Amino acid sequence: MPDTIKRAPISQQPFKVEKPLDLNAIGGMISIQINEKKVSVPLGTTILEACRDNHIHIPTLCHHPDLCIAGVCRVCVVEVDGMRTLQASCSFPITASIKIKTSSELVRKARRNIIDLLLSEHHGECYACVKNKNCELQTLSKEYGVDNMRFGHVKEPVYEVDFSSTSLVRDMNKCVLCRRCIRTCIDLQEVGVLEAINRGDKTQISTFYDKPLQDVICINCGQCLNRCPTGALYSNDPSDEIWRAIDDPQKHVVIQTAPSPRAAIGEEFGYAPGHSFTPELNTALKRIGFDRVFDTNFTADLTILEEGTELLTRLKKAIVDKDTTVKLPQFTSCSPGWIKFIEHFYPEHLDYLSTAKSPQQMFGAIIKTFYAQEQGIDPKDIVSVSLMPCSAKKFECNRPEMDASGFRDVDYGLTTRELAKMIREAGIFLPELPKSGFDEPFGEASGAGLIFGATGGVMEAALRTVYELVTGREVPFENLRIEACRGFEGIKEASVKLENVLPAYSFLEGVNFKFMVAHGTANAKQVMELLREGKLSDVHFVEIMACPGGCLGGGGQPIPTSEEIRKQRAKAIYAEEEGLPIRKSHENPHVKYIYEKFIPEGPCSELSHKLLHTHYKKRGRYII
Amino acid sequence: MENNFKKTKREGVVIFSPYESGSSIKKALEIGRENILFEVRESKMKGRGGAGFPTATKWMLVAASRADKKYMICNADEGEPGTFKDRVLLTEYPALVFDGMVVGGYTIGSEIGILYLRGEYIFMLEELEDFLQSMRKQNLLGKNILGKEGFNFDIAIRLGSGAYVCGEETALIESLEGHRGEPRNRPPYPVNTGYMGYPTVVNNVETLASIPQIITKGADWFKAHGTDKSTGSKLFSVSGDCEKPGVYELPWGTSLNELVEIVGATNTKAIQVGGASGICIPKSQFDRKLSYEDASTGGSIMIFNQSRKMLKVLKNFMEFFVEESCGQCTPCRIGNIKLLEGVVKIEKGDYTFSYINSLKDLSKTMQVASKCGLGQSSPNPFISILENFKDEIFSSNGNGANHA
Ligand SMILES: Cc1cc2nc3c(=O)[nH]c(=O)nc-3n(C[C@H](O)[C@H](O)[C@H](O)COP(=O)(O)O)c2cc1C
Ligand code: SF4
Ligand code: SF4
Ligand code: SF4
Ligand code: SF4
Ligand code: FES
Repeated sequence: MPDTIKRAPISQQPFKVEKPLDLNAIGGMISIQINEKKVSVPLGTTILEACRDNHIHIPTLCHHPDLCIAGVCRVCVVEVDGMRTLQASCSFPITASIKIKTSSELVRKARRNIIDLLLSEHHGECYACVKNKNCELQTLSKEYGVDNMRFGHVKEPVYEVDFSSTSLVRDMNKCVLCRRCIRTCIDLQEVGVLEAINRGDKTQISTFYDKPLQDVICINCGQCLNRCPTGALYSNDPSDEIWRAIDDPQKHVVIQTAPSPRAAIGEEFGYAPGHSFTPELNTALKRIGFDRVFDTNFTADLTILEEGTELLTRLKKAIVDKDTTVKLPQFTSCSPGWIKFIEHFYPEHLDYLSTAKSPQQMFGAIIKTFYAQEQGIDPKDIVSVSLMPCSAKKFECNRPEMDASGFRDVDYGLTTRELAKMIREAGIFLPELPKSGFDEPFGEASGAGLIFGATGGVMEAALRTVYELVTGREVPFENLRIEACRGFEGIKEASVKLENVLPAYSFLEGVNFKFMVAHGTANAKQVMELLREGKLSDVHFVEIMACPGGCLGGGGQPIPTSEEIRKQRAKAIYAEEEGLPIRKSHENPHVKYIYEKFIPEGPCSELSHKLLHTHYKKRGRYII
Repeated sequence: MENNFKKTKREGVVIFSPYESGSSIKKALEIGRENILFEVRESKMKGRGGAGFPTATKWMLVAASRADKKYMICNADEGEPGTFKDRVLLTEYPALVFDGMVVGGYTIGSEIGILYLRGEYIFMLEELEDFLQSMRKQNLLGKNILGKEGFNFDIAIRLGSGAYVCGEETALIESLEGHRGEPRNRPPYPVNTGYMGYPTVVNNVETLASIPQIITKGADWFKAHGTDKSTGSKLFSVSGDCEKPGVYELPWGTSLNELVEIVGATNTKAIQVGGASGICIPKSQFDRKLSYEDASTGGSIMIFNQSRKMLKVLKNFMEFFVEESCGQCTPCRIGNIKLLEGVVKIEKGDYTFSYINSLKDLSKTMQVASKCGLGQSSPNPFISILENFKDEIFSSNGNGANHA
């Protein structure tokens, strides 16, 4: 194994032609001919892009808008005049005035043959597959009218299905070796769990020494399964157990829902990305039979208070007590994919993490303690489910230390896709349901909790609270929009000056509070390298989310995904939040109530530490 | 074959003609880059690695590109079944190969040459290193070569990883960079984005070994041999059913009839020209000429006599490709499996002609849609053997059982 995780090999990277800055300059645009049509495209555009821009459909399989180009499936081939062989349109940059035929006999036959080949080695039955009706292989075979298995069909599965991981399932019998998962894991996420091994007919996707997923450094981010075109990778679905609990009258089944699934679940019901269905979802969950429906944003607010208090304590220790053991910047800890990433790759830096649990786990601990007490329910009868955009949350709720209540704090992590399936099973068409609210006693949450779903959201929420705690004034941004935290840039960095602070925080007077936001573990890695090099000494707080785009791009979200789709989801979240009455975590009355009633010593007190904070585990770079 | 460095005298009109070590480097430095390129272009020298790309064009593309670094790579992976002529060149004529690299390096403006040596050829490593050392002593390598101010060039030897596909130039580069040996997308071509992203020339051993002869003796002398489109001579690795297997230097344009004569093959049924990925030519077509324009080969010639069952021959080739495909692209990875399955079915008599036709159709797809030369050429034996020996194969005594 190389010492550093390598980016995808060049064989799987695109050829980047520098597009001229001024497309009007000579040579900036090139005229080409696609079928009968003459068009003009910027130099360096791939044939695929050129065709799509001109509404000519080219089938693809290994190509994915988030990933570097592989050019391995060959489904996208087209004819280029004067070239002996067909060219893969996804990887062919246009640098000359070429003539392209996209559906000649040669092309059609080639595509059909390729699809037939893929099917001949593919073991799976669509009606018993999670990807049924959302599978790119299936779509291709429909498009090309596959009506028989010309080259035969595998009768028996060849590989054992790997169910070892709490988050992911790998069924290599359905794998078409498009290598999107590899490129996702190595290049997009820079984790490096998956690799192609062997040659020829023995080629397969494998983990380190072909170990089961639970024994390798997989961070459970699920980004690979969001990009797998087939049903070869999917999340570990607990819905059968959840149905069983719902059907059991002894059990009190509660569900908390995170903000991102609500902004995306419409996609599962045919809606374009960018519609939030929170109130309809509340109704759906109650109809399905959950006894209580809670809003994870409530514990997001709690997280802000705990994490914010922790940060202020660290700052005070560092500045006032001159305690050199205090670790700054403080890193957020709500993304379980990120947590496992840092545990594997930067175990010596775990002290930089906030000890605050993620909102999911805080809620879990509170439901089986405070809520159980208040409602007079035996916590052993409570089944606690969380609706998450995330596959890593499944791993998180199964971490051994997550039993602060004396029970499994959260019993099941359910993803957006899996819940959509349950809703369909219940015969409900979500978008047409009447609206309803969340249940008491955690009925209300602030908008600050809501924006946790997008990259930068935790930072924005934290700033709204911390700034106000320290200065007694609202953050100085119009309509509370802290634009520096928003947007999809890989790593964002900004600062606010703390002036005229309250007497209790006099040590922060004049401090330029600097923060960073990164999403996707490839960017996280860059930040960690900066930390290692000592280049973050003037930064106070860093938000990191394991998934591109933050939680709204999580491994449990509807498929497909792309930056455009994630942007639409973010829009839906920000729009929803501006309509909320409370937009700062510390103003959430239910949070205040919890502290008064249940944790009177307040944030970061002993009880809060017991229930709401956690610790981390040093792991290896190559193995668990 | 002998495994040692015996300097056997071989006969040949071009490559095996007399050559004094270092002389082409000296001449090259005298006449300068432009004239070298002119001479090589005039000679109409084409790559001997299989693809037959004009060598001067390749060099010119790299010579003309502006980059901090450029690489000159000699492809000594020689993995094509039935090829062993590069081995002869490296063991017996290393001066030709290395001088060719130096001249090439000088022409394209490279300072680093890499010999990518087939893993199995590790036995010659020491001798080759010694040879390079002696070149350094004579200032044929190193700094300011032969007193030419600013011309620095040295050669490193790297061992290959053993896969056939690593002979494909972009897979070779991937392998040199420490990745899985898998062909890259192209464009970009290595002349543009090669080893470590720099402009790179990859040339076959024999291509480079021809250069010193062209430089010292001139393009006209070179062109006097061979045909109009295939100039010069070629080393052929002859194996199979003949009395005198081995490496022969023959002018391009030699017919298969002449070849059979020279190597003492009798009762010949077919010749596989171009290795596993080549085409199989029946006796009735032995008037065909070895040349880029007719029966093209990177050097491999396999002779089969009347006792050979052509379906068995085909099966061996297909088994080779099923294993040696890099496994990256669909047409090659699965296509070869399906062609082999087809051969097995023919063996058992378990086929219909429409099935055979769909396999032929598949072969066509593999030729045009595969990512690299391996998958593009692996159906060649399937197509040519089924076509040229259909009477034998589709009859019960050809081991392809008669279909019902
Ligand atoms: C599967 C495959 C294997 C190859 N193996 C070799 C090889 O062993 N030696 C070689 O010189 N070229 C080999 N080639 C050809 C190279 O890709 C490349 O064309 C050649 O090295 C260029 O040199 P030339 O221009 O001097 O012929 C192979 C090509 C393919 C597709
Ligand atoms: S992966 Fe796709 S084609 Fe395969 S069984 Fe599942 S839905 Fe069908
Ligand atoms: S879940 Fe994430 S870390 Fe695990 S294999 Fe997939 S992409 Fe890699
Ligand atoms: S597991 Fe899925 S993404 Fe990975 S190579 Fe197979 S089909 Fe492609
Ligand atoms: S044609 Fe074969 S060897 Fe070449 S890239 Fe495709 S799978 Fe690999
Ligand atoms: S989509 Fe272009 S090769 Fe796969």
